[in-house]
Amino acid sequence: MLELIDISFKRDNKQILNKVNLKLDEEKFYVITGPNGSGKSSLVKIIMGIEKPDSGKIIFNGIDITDKSIDERAKLGIGFAFQQPVSFKGLTVYDLLKIAVNKELTKSNACDILSKVGLCALNYVDREVNNSLSGGELKRIEIATVMARNPKLAIFDEPEAGIDLWSFQNLTNVFKQIQEQSKGITLVISHQERILNIADQIILLENGKIKKIGSKNIMMNIIFKEETCCKGVNICE
Amino acid sequence: MNKTDEQLLNNVLDNNIHEADSYNVRKNGKSIDRKTNPYIDIISKEDGSGIDIYVKENTLFGIIDIPVIITDSGLTDVVYNDFHIGKNSNVIIVAGCGVHNTDRHDSVHDGIHRFYLEENSKVKYIEKHYGSGKGTGKKILNPVTEITMKKGSSMTIDSTQIEGVDKTLRVTKAILDEATTLVINEKIKTYKDQYAKTEFVVTLNGENASCHVTSRSVATDNSYQEFTSNVVGNTKSFAHVECDAIIQDKASVKAIPEIYANNVDANLIHEAAIGKIAGAQLIKLMSLGLTEKEAEEAIINGFLK
Repeated sequence: MLELIDISFKRDNKQILNKVNLKLDEEKFYVITGPNGSGKSSLVKIIMGIEKPDSGKIIFNGIDITDKSIDERAKLGIGFAFQQPVSFKGLTVYDLLKIAVNKELTKSNACDILSKVGLCALNYVDREVNNSLSGGELKRIEIATVMARNPKLAIFDEPEAGIDLWSFQNLTNVFKQIQEQSKGITLVISHQERILNIADQIILLENGKIKKIGSKNIMMNIIFKEETCCKGVNICE
Repeated sequence: MNKTDEQLLNNVLDNNIHEADSYNVRKNGKSIDRKTNPYIDIISKEDGSGIDIYVKENTLFGIIDIPVIITDSGLTDVVYNDFHIGKNSNVIIVAGCGVHNTDRHDSVHDGIHRFYLEENSKVKYIEKHYGSGKGTGKKILNPVTEITMKKGSSMTIDSTQIEGVDKTLRVTKAILDEATTLVINEKIKTYKDQYAKTEFVVTLNGENASCHVTSRSVATDNSYQEFTSNVVGNTKSFAHVECDAIIQDKASVKAIPEIYANNVDANLIHEAAIGKIAGAQLIKLMSLGLTEKEAEEAIINGFLK
């Protein structure tokens, strides 16, 4: 279980998160949505340790991880797929997957992981993770590195952005596989109706506060009726 | 050869020297071992200043090892090695230099390698430089590579200096004839107070000549690196020079690009980037479970792989 207690976060005199309290349970699929600037990315970065909250506590499976570093949190089973994947000159897809699994990884196993994100593995496994890959390819490799870790808490920051020809159905299958394997928590930031539709719980964030949490059926009605959401969220498109 | 010699050889050669088709081992200024075959001959110059390597026409898949090792502290070794590569031949040349200095005097190796590639010949040239030994004397290597490429020939140079060389000035000069291709991949790492300067001077004289230079370097501690490239396109030709450096601590890196087109169809590109390791790269690898130090090492090792 992941528990956020009174998390506040201020940057450049702007209150980005204001006393956020949240409990996430195992084997559930959560989607965080809300207008641009509502604090979604800051919230997941705080969970991963990329940003430090000004106050509040984070408890993950009974351990206080508030002061733990990114790698310590990763070792406890938190995985994070970045919205903008990072490229590396010199490191290959295989190198990155080997780092992700942190144990012996055959090329055949690496290919299996890549196939799950719709990449024809033999063409990719020895390629450098650099800008010769398209944004969509980098994004899928990013998702593959998280899958490879089999995390207890898998966080995806706008996974659908830049996915190109790969379908939402495949992305949905990836989420299912991760959940089946790890029996953990999946937490996704998304504006896409198709991803909101597979959520067990939807968390609506606005102005740094959780406005409402609830099941898909209840929340979809609220989100679509909210006039404010249409100003900054794609779901109304 | 003693154990130190063998260690030096292992560090500068990727292959087992005895598996090479021809080889010449130079130690402390003298040839100490040599093997030749009917296709690849190695002959000492009459004035003793070095060797001539002759590859016969149409020789395919020959491997030639020309390592140099220096273990005498205070020695300055200057050698001229001339490679005559016959028409249509295809060879791999491995020419590393290892210096082991346990004393207070500087050890210097100035290797001047001249390549003459005849028509349609092909050369892969692998050059590794390495220094070891705890003496206070510096390990200094100043390689000069001069290349003359005739019509249709191609050459790839993989040059690596990762460890132990205190000071180096590396000069590569090439003149390219029609339909030739020169690819240079350089990797350098400097640390402590090391100094490394690299100069590339490439002249594209023949139509459809092309040159690709990729330099990746890492400078840490108080070390200094300088990269100068000067590519001249005198005809319809192509050149792409890419210099990428990671800088850490109090190190300095200077990149001086010069491209000079003398013809409207000369297409010359120079890219240079110097900077510290991107924070996003560290964060990504830490999110995969590496500590910050491990992430740095993984990024640098990958960059210089």
